Amino acid sequence: MAELLELRGVSKVYTRGLTHSHPTVALREISLTLKEDEPTILTVAGESGSGKTTLAMLLLGFISPTMGEILYKGRNITTLTGPERLAYRREVQAVFQDPFAVFNPFYTVDHLLTVPIKRFKLASTRAEARARMEEALNAVGLRPEDVLGRFPHQLSGGQRQRINVARALLLKPRLLIADEPVSMVDASLRATILETLRNLQRDYGVSIIYITHDLTTAYHIAKSIIVLYRGGVMEAGDVDRVIKSPQHPYTQLLVDSIPWPNLEQRWGEQSIMARESTAPPPGACPFMPRCPKAMPVCASRPPLFQINPHQAAACYLHERQPQLVAEKLSELLPA
Amino acid sequence: MAAVTLDPLSAPLPHTGVLAQPAPSPVLRVNQLAVTYYTDLGRARALDDVSFTLNAGQKLGMVGESGSGKSTLALAMMRMIKPPGRIEGGEVFVGDTELMGLNEEAMRRARLSKIAYIPQGAMNSLNPVIRIGAQMVDAVKAHLPGESRAAIQDRCRQALRSVDLDPGVFNMYAHELSGGMKQRVCIAIGVLLEPSVIIADEPTSALDVVTQCQVMETIDRVQDQIGAAVILIGHDMGLMAQFVDRVAVMYAGRLVEISSVREMFTDPKHPYARALISSLPNLDNRGVFQGIPGLAPSLLRIPSGCAFHPRCPFAMDVCTTVRPEVLELAGGRRVACHLFDEEARHG
Ligand SMILES: Nc1ncnc2c1ncn2[C@@H]1O[C@H](COP(=O)(O)OP(=O)(O)OP(=O)(O)O)[C@@H](O)[C@H]1O
Ligand SMILES: Nc1ncnc2c1ncn2[C@@H]1O[C@H](COP(=O)(O)OP(=O)(O)OP(=O)(O)O)[C@@H](O)[C@H]1O
Ligand code: SF4
Ligand code: SF4
Ligand SMILES: [Mg+2]
Ligand SMILES: [Mg+2]
Repeated sequence: MAELLELRGVSKVYTRGLTHSHPTVALREISLTLKEDEPTILTVAGESGSGKTTLAMLLLGFISPTMGEILYKGRNITTLTGPERLAYRREVQAVFQDPFAVFNPFYTVDHLLTVPIKRFKLASTRAEARARMEEALNAVGLRPEDVLGRFPHQLSGGQRQRINVARALLLKPRLLIADEPVSMVDASLRATILETLRNLQRDYGVSIIYITHDLTTAYHIAKSIIVLYRGGVMEAGDVDRVIKSPQHPYTQLLVDSIPWPNLEQRWGEQSIMARESTAPPPGACPFMPRCPKAMPVCASRPPLFQINPHQAAACYLHERQPQLVAEKLSELLPA
Repeated sequence: MAAVTLDPLSAPLPHTGVLAQPAPSPVLRVNQLAVTYYTDLGRARALDDVSFTLNAGQKLGMVGESGSGKSTLALAMMRMIKPPGRIEGGEVFVGDTELMGLNEEAMRRARLSKIAYIPQGAMNSLNPVIRIGAQMVDAVKAHLPGESRAAIQDRCRQALRSVDLDPGVFNMYAHELSGGMKQRVCIAIGVLLEPSVIIADEPTSALDVVTQCQVMETIDRVQDQIGAAVILIGHDMGLMAQFVDRVAVMYAGRLVEISSVREMFTDPKHPYARALISSLPNLDNRGVFQGIPGLAPSLLRIPSGCAFHPRCPFAMDVCTTVRPEVLELAGGRRVACHLFDEEARHG
């Protein structure tokens, strides 16, 4: 069975922080496989600074891993050249986090959408190009006449974010990396865009890596989830199990912090310790300084323990369970 | 978190008529505020006669579709609308001061000291090459002509402490801070001069839930300390449910409903508000996406009558021709929809 994407023990260490004299491990030994014939939606969740965007940048080939390798259809992405590279560039698309930063302020929306059409020859006539553009804009709830011809600063935050999604839809990629694609739109539109993404996966076989801190949308769209903290996998598995019954204290904190649109369910009863002040001792469980259940054994980094066929957590509270070698992580994740 | 005011009667809403006398004098009164963007394709009426009031210590959530005019409303209240946009009319009272009538200099002084705005994406607008402290001092020094630099710096350090940041942040650069820390710096700048009204435009939409919780607690606490009224603009209905006292819903540049948070979540009145509430995700309806069908209207061609009528499941004949005015229902909630014409007349 062919693999679409494979990460083998990928780590990313930043050494050139301007002020941090010590290196930052932004991602630690991640192994992951997405199969070509089993398109899926995988959520990567975790708080700010947990390494989510780093993972996206690695997958897009914008930065290269410090250790390990990333294969796309069996080929290391750093060595792709010529037509293979172009195919990879087209087949792997991204929707980025910050709609305020990504657009060149001097280009109109038309320009942003026609460039990929031309570059990847998606249309043979002007009329066809226009039709594809309109189709993509409609899919994200935008009226072409409202946005075409405009500059980014003339659009609302949510409109900009949707232009991003429309651009990705236009290209019908094999793999879509969506980094917080709906953080700035209302609940109704959020539902519409997420449904569009899910249909993309279901009807066009596009695999999606959905990067978010929003566990409620993750729960609705994804099949599986990986929870990162300080670059390491804390918990992974079937999204239903992980969110309804989190087994790692960090996931429990995240789930507890979800602001539910429900007046009877009050917010965050657990008191929260700021992340900034909580660097773990070297070699320890990264969550130890914030963990209400920390024990002496936590001074060494816990491996993943498999709790059931579709859930594992890196926490000594589960040390009676069989260990899961990191390379087998993907076997937990339902397609 | 402070307790949420659940009883709508404890926060009576005055009529918006210019002459009406509000009971506990509101700290903020917005009357008939209107903004148009003069674009190449025509005039976009982005804000259409919006009126509401807010009491000291109250928290109002401002929600509505993307592009419905929430940021425009905030910018208009601050008189920060730039061409091709223009404020077409209306009044904004903060206490006794009417902002639209102030000269430029007086308005500049009113910003931050009477009314503060923490813009959408604020944390990304911090200057990367200037230390946080210098940016804070820059923002406020013109407001404090009599104060020494050292005194102003002290004030800034104090403000950082009030948002739970180490005063050492004063000497740091933006890239050395996490998103949540940057957002708290922006809040610190916003509250430095203890304004009576704070407008926060999507202050947490780029932050993770844990940090969100911290930032909202921060806003809550500084609001308590300075007794300010807060307008929270955002999309996250969960956040609204947890944080605000009242919710205002915008659609195509108009305020279509304003109710207590409990009324809004348990019994929304306006059909758009109902659709919005039923589109919310919960743990019981996994994979069910209840988006509102149809597209938001183009502001260049707002539908006649009620702007929501092409998408409204309850639309009647009258809705296509007569624009529904904002009516007050029993208990003080207000809604602009013909379904309630009768009820308002008898209520
Ligand atoms: N270019 C860089 N140089 C040095 N350190 C970096 C760089 N980019 C990221 N980092 C660090 O790597 C870690 C992971 O950052 P990353 O941006 O991947 O987090 P994230 O999970 O996307 O966070 P957010 O939710 O805030 O977007 C952080 O500690 C960050 O400070
Ligand atoms: N400078 C401008 N020129 C022309 N039109 C503009 C300009 N700024 C905003 N608009 C339009 O005015 C409308 C209202 O925009 P606004 O930014 O107030 O929306 P919003 O409710 O804050 O949306 P979001 O939730 O997406 O931030 C949008 O249709 C937008 O495209
Ligand atoms: S390993 Fe120890 S410190 Fe880490 S999450 Fe589990 S109990 Fe907490
Ligand atoms: S006025 Fe008519 S169209 Fe508008 S929301 Fe009410 S029922 Fe629907
Ligand atoms: Mg990120
Ligand atoms: Mg906005």
